[in-house]
Amino acid sequence: MASVVGTFTVDPRSRAAARRRRRGEGATGWVFVSPSVLLILGLSVVPVLWSLLLSFQVNDLVSPSEWVGLANYKALLKDPSFGSAVSHTVVYAALYVPLSVVAGLAIAIALDRKIALIGLYRTLVFVPFVVSAAAQGVLFSFVLDPEFGAANSVLHKLGLPAQGFFSDPGQALYLLVAISLWSGTGFCVIVYLAGLQGVSSDLVEAARIDGANRWGVLRHVTLPALTPVTIFLLLFQTINALQVFDLVFVTTKGGPLGSTTVIVYFIWEKAFKTFTAGYSAAAAYTLAVALLVIGVALQVYRRRVAR
Amino acid sequence: MKRLPFSGWHLVLAPLAVLFALPLVWLLISSVMSNAEINRFPPALWPQGIKLDGYRYVLGNALFPQWFLNSLIVSAVAVTANLVLGSLGGYAFARIRFAGSKLVLGLMLATMVIPFQLTMIPTFLVMKQLGLIDTLGALIVPSLVTPLSVFLFRQFFVSLPRELEEAAWIDGCGRLRILVSIVLPLARPALSTVAVLTFLATWNDLTWPLIAINGESTYTLQLGLTTFQGQHHTQWSAVMAGNVITVLPVLLGFLLAQKAFIRSLASTGLKG
Repeated sequence: MASVVGTFTVDPRSRAAARRRRRGEGATGWVFVSPSVLLILGLSVVPVLWSLLLSFQVNDLVSPSEWVGLANYKALLKDPSFGSAVSHTVVYAALYVPLSVVAGLAIAIALDRKIALIGLYRTLVFVPFVVSAAAQGVLFSFVLDPEFGAANSVLHKLGLPAQGFFSDPGQALYLLVAISLWSGTGFCVIVYLAGLQGVSSDLVEAARIDGANRWGVLRHVTLPALTPVTIFLLLFQTINALQVFDLVFVTTKGGPLGSTTVIVYFIWEKAFKTFTAGYSAAAAYTLAVALLVIGVALQVYRRRVAR
Repeated sequence: MKRLPFSGWHLVLAPLAVLFALPLVWLLISSVMSNAEINRFPPALWPQGIKLDGYRYVLGNALFPQWFLNSLIVSAVAVTANLVLGSLGGYAFARIRFAGSKLVLGLMLATMVIPFQLTMIPTFLVMKQLGLIDTLGALIVPSLVTPLSVFLFRQFFVSLPRELEEAAWIDGCGRLRILVSIVLPLARPALSTVAVLTFLATWNDLTWPLIAINGESTYTLQLGLTTFQGQHHTQWSAVMAGNVITVLPVLLGFLLAQKAFIRSLASTGLKG
């Protein structure tokens, strides 16, 4: 690849050579990007279009498919189990997103100071974030095991009645929110801490001199400066929350009595358990469009705030 | 080291830190308990001594070491490929003028908003056509390079001053040589960010292995742990020992390279 001309002085001839080489640049550029381009576009654009075709077909992943037009989408709208999957997902997101962002901000502000042990505190708050959803699910299945779990053991010691936890349809979804908060808040803390470094200390100082108390500084200086970070986190956490799957799969398999069947669990079940891939693709498209609308809406809002 | 002061904030922060740490402490404790202690009613909250029965059972179970190896292979190949392909692509998009570069980059970035659920069924069908289903290849191919890796490298390279490369260029070095000997040695932050994000994503993934892998010997740790729990749900100490083994590489990586981890994760938020 490298053609070494080997000049140590910059004379016009080598400049001309450099110009000549610039013309061969196009090929080099394409050689550099082609593996990434082929892999990324091949594994995203092609499947996206294929999914769209699938969603208008009846397909069992094995035999040839049959064209049915909009029948899958019509059936989805009438399907009560899809409706409840949507409502479970919305409940989960409506609790998880604001709680993780607000807790993330509060903890980040508490951690944004130079006192002893602060590094240890930060580490302990972040650590759950790197633990996989599968490992979290297995751990909390054990902690919340009605018979052998530590949670009921503690309740017993405190003289409180034992709980059903994941076997109780009234509790399971809220427990999933709690576990996600344990692991997901750390991410919001990290991003807010990084954002707090960017809040100008001059502004804070000026507000102090103007007689603002702690609360006033927070409300009129810190929070407005963090608005872009907040919008990013709301977007990021919402997109993640609407796609929750791994934790559900490991802990409850959508149960008990379907009380934790979320959208992606529904999509997975329809594709790989009951082999109705066309129906599943229609559900996936519905979710993707919802995610896109949320994403675009928040981006537009962000632009407006930036102005 | 300056001794830092204590303050009233500790009354808030210490309980909070304990709350976050407690489940993981419990994970460690329960992995060294005996099944008898766990199966008592009410179960013990503190072990009578360290028992390694759980670890012995898990490591004696021939599949667990195999799963660990599978996860390691998939993550190692994915990290290496993302560094190589991502830096090549990112450099070309940052520095080389070629026809269609803006369009292709735009398309690539647009694919970042595609949720995985939308592509998973056709990706499964593609892998089936290629005969990769139920092999590690099915896990490796989709994770070879992500648009995020290419984008992170491109952003980093754009921010480097051009003068560093000009001299080598005039001396007649080719693009590849400039990238390898001048640009990459300066790109440690970008390299570590891409490595951390790729490692976390591949090591912790459950959804795709669940779809692409059926045979027990090809499981990754996440998938193996999940099925292991289903089959041995009364042998909690063994399940927890397996869980410790599953999270250990990520925890060690995090503790050893905490700065790189935190910078990587924070940067995804501030550049978004």
